[in-house]
Amino acid sequence: MCGAKTGGVSTDGLDLTDESMIQGVVTRADEPVAGAYVRLLDGGGEFTAEVPTSATGQFRFFAAPGSWTLRTLAPGAEVVDQNVVASKGEVAEVAVTLE
Amino acid sequence: MSTRENVLVDAAWVEAHLGDPKIVLVEVDEDTAAYDKNHIKGAVRLDWKKDLQDPVRRDFVNKEQFESLLSERGIANDDTVVLYGGNNNWFAAYAYWYFKLYGHDDAKLLDGGRKKWELDSRELVDEAVQRPTTSYKAKDQDRSIRAFRDEVETAIGQQNLVDVRSPDEYAGRLAAPAHLPQEQAQRNGHIPTAANIPWSQTANDDGTFKSDDELKKLYEDKGVDFSKDTIAYCRIGERSSHTWFVLHEILEQPNVKNYDGSWTEWGSLVGVPIELGDQP
Repeated sequence: MCGAKTGGVSTDGLDLTDESMIQGVVTRADEPVAGAYVRLLDGGGEFTAEVPTSATGQFRFFAAPGSWTLRTLAPGAEVVDQNVVASKGEVAEVAVTLE
Repeated sequence: MSTRENVLVDAAWVEAHLGDPKIVLVEVDEDTAAYDKNHIKGAVRLDWKKDLQDPVRRDFVNKEQFESLLSERGIANDDTVVLYGGNNNWFAAYAYWYFKLYGHDDAKLLDGGRKKWELDSRELVDEAVQRPTTSYKAKDQDRSIRAFRDEVETAIGQQNLVDVRSPDEYAGRLAAPAHLPQEQAQRNGHIPTAANIPWSQTANDDGTFKSDDELKKLYEDKGVDFSKDTIAYCRIGERSSHTWFVLHEILEQPNVKNYDGSWTEWGSLVGVPIELGDQP
């Protein structure tokens, strides 16, 4: 999408002081993947949330401080797991690359 | 035919029945724009908030409103309604429960919902769907599947209370699923004596339900006593509809209710007990 920033969607206009945000973009062969499913698993591997990626391959979670795993499912792709740490007042940016 | 086959259909079944006038596909999403982008051919949409919630009071649309809604969407009393949606069928299961609340005979869920359909790269179309209007007649609400707050309070320590939210919401570390901003109830935590059995443990990664044996074992291992009545709750009653579906429709447990007030009500009530942390 024209003018889209690198990484997750813009956080302009959001008060992030009390949020522990995790966001990013899913790509395959350098192209954004729309309609992939990104699942947020907690430290114990338990499902916490799941979102489909946007037209520009982006996703976002309002998590809590701590360690998380992102599990990405997309048509015709292997499942990808990635670890991420969220901290209060910060945005953790994650790039997910599908084979 | 087993119970499971009566209430759950797979994608191949849906594809084989596309165009059958007595089978109505209904998409129900949290993200109500998903349907506009595309949907399964012939599917009509129900908006879980706009169509199914009273616009003023916190309650459902009444029987007459439900009748006019279904009549307008072209759903008849003798139609087979197949519900599906995003978010692992949370809102489709909620609508399923809602159809049962108003006494619809033949409703089914598409196993895996929209996600499984998409992951299989099956066809989605963007054409508008218009079904001929009907004269739908609903029954009075079946209160044997709907729990209210006083009943929930009485059930503490007496019946199975199943909190189907994520462990972090249960313990009070999060107030809502992590893809939504933190808001809602006045207080975090869970209802004392409720077991935390997240809805997600009933489903595979692709959103399809686990086997009957796996499901039964899941609840038994977490201390659910199948000889007792059960009340399921979550934050707003949609994920607990998913669990209600597992317990009542797949496992055929007779006395299972969904507490649709759920945490957004309980966590805002004055004077009720709340437990924090990972233990019931």
